Amino acid sequence: MTEEKVIVANNLTRTFGKFTAVDHISFDVRRGEIFGFLGANGAGKTTATKMLTGILSSSGGYATVAGFDIKKHRNRLKKNIGYMSQKFSLYEDLTLKENIRFYGGIYGLSKKETAAKTGEIVERLDLKQIENTLISEIPLGWKQKIAFSVAIIHSPKIVFLDEPTSGVDPITRRQFWNLIYEAAENGITVFVTTHYMDEAEYCDRISMMTEGKIAALGSLHELLTKYNSKSMDEVFIKLAR
Amino acid sequence: MKTFIAFVSKEFKHIFRDRRTLIILFGMPVVLVTLFGFAITTEINNASIAVLDRSHDSYSRKLIDKISASGYFNIKSELQSFNQIEKSFSNGKIKLAVVIGNDFGKHLITGKNAEIQIVTDASDPNTANIISNYLMAVFQNFTTESGVLPPSNLKIDTRMLYNPENRSVFMFVPGVMTVILMLVSAMMTSITIAREKELGTMEILLVSPLRPWVITIGKVVPYLLLSIINAITILLLGLFVFKMPMHGSYLLLFSEIVLFILSSLMLGLLISTMASTQQTAMLGSMMGLMLPTILLSGFIFPISSMPVILQYISHILPAKWFIIIIKSIMLKGTGFKPIAFETGILAFITIVLAVMTIKKFKIRLE
Repeated sequence: MTEEKVIVANNLTRTFGKFTAVDHISFDVRRGEIFGFLGANGAGKTTATKMLTGILSSSGGYATVAGFDIKKHRNRLKKNIGYMSQKFSLYEDLTLKENIRFYGGIYGLSKKETAAKTGEIVERLDLKQIENTLISEIPLGWKQKIAFSVAIIHSPKIVFLDEPTSGVDPITRRQFWNLIYEAAENGITVFVTTHYMDEAEYCDRISMMTEGKIAALGSLHELLTKYNSKSMDEVFIKLAR
Repeated sequence: MKTFIAFVSKEFKHIFRDRRTLIILFGMPVVLVTLFGFAITTEINNASIAVLDRSHDSYSRKLIDKISASGYFNIKSELQSFNQIEKSFSNGKIKLAVVIGNDFGKHLITGKNAEIQIVTDASDPNTANIISNYLMAVFQNFTTESGVLPPSNLKIDTRMLYNPENRSVFMFVPGVMTVILMLVSAMMTSITIAREKELGTMEILLVSPLRPWVITIGKVVPYLLLSIINAITILLLGLFVFKMPMHGSYLLLFSEIVLFILSSLMLGLLISTMASTQQTAMLGSMMGLMLPTILLSGFIFPISSMPVILQYISHILPAKWFIIIIKSIMLKGTGFKPIAFETGILAFITIVLAVMTIKKFKIRLE
């Protein structure tokens, strides 16, 4: 099987006035891969993610996502990607089922498809007893899993996860990564940003951003050898210096 | 279209699940109209007045008797000179003073103008207005009953002290309608959009295939419908409970209402492009919209007696033009032509706001 590249970024740049948030970054992500986009807060992760998801335009360079140019084919691109933010954005005043139905609706799923998906999600996450409960009454850990399931409701080629594990306890985080593996096994490419360095070991490949540039890129093993370190934390500290 | 329906039905769920919103939406119009309606008393009895009789003849005597016999007035004092009028007002004893001119009876008989002056305390304009209207009716009665002459010989001069503006009792229906529509359209829209931003769902919506204009229209449509329902509620209350007259065309009135709602919705959208939290949106629309609308639109304080600067500010308020339009249609029964200018301004403001909103929205997306 040839390696299909689902994200290609070439000298992608974004400036805000005189400040360069993302500075000529180039990388690619292969199909079915879990790609960790690491960096400290303010390193430019979010800006880069926003450009790749088509909600922020780039100031230079180019990129394709799922085969679509992020500048020219923004609308077709959007149908093929999923997105989950660190706020686990679900509507608090809607029930679990209504949330799923709404997101199914805006991604153009038919009623039948949405109903099937709803059943599938409820069963997989074991949510039968709370399917008609308002989201505001559901604990955070569950919300996170639901938000992820909703983000891939339309079976996108790529799902972007922006700091998906912030504010959750370690056990829930572990369970959440199991969901990510499951999605990756089903052929969905996962692009995940995080500032938890230990999560790097869950990823197939990692890119490390500092001050708008990609400082290092490779598998965990490669990075550890290259920087002669025992953990990603060490790599990070060496790079940040 | 299907995605649009999914979006709008979600919006309605938000509205109907939030009890606070519901109360504001449907409770406020009824409460406000009723409050304003009943706070403005349209009936008086035993109003304290003073009389200054400068002719002291049998006709003037008869007139005074007539006034006191009517049951509406309580003649507190008979004054001797003009100077005493001001005094009686300032110590709050009377609401109105009647001055009967020199040679009242003689003028009546000879067919010259017999003069009566009514001086009212218009710091309470509604009461002043109502009392003087009652008094006029007594005068009419007097001239026809005494049989002397046609009423035209009686020259009545009314002075509204402290507030030369003669405000209509029917002011409150257009006023309340303006405030409510502004509240529902502008404030609610800006808050609901700010809420999506605050909760982070706006990001998800922007990443989704929904086009930004679909999101915007999807946000606006529910509030447009609710505003129309509110406008109708207020109109019905005004017409049937408070007997407000409606002399003009309903179609014209309805179109103008929709135009005003659109301008308010645009204001709401503009605010929401600048506010990122619900609180900012709320404060922004409170300070930036509600207060000017209530204070400067001519709803409570007459524009002509404002300082010049405030008068200029009032020109850019859609509410000011809308109140003029509604009053013309309902009270005067005018067609489109006399209010074409005001309508034009309202339309112009709406278009300017729309352009500004679109520009702002684009910048944010870039």
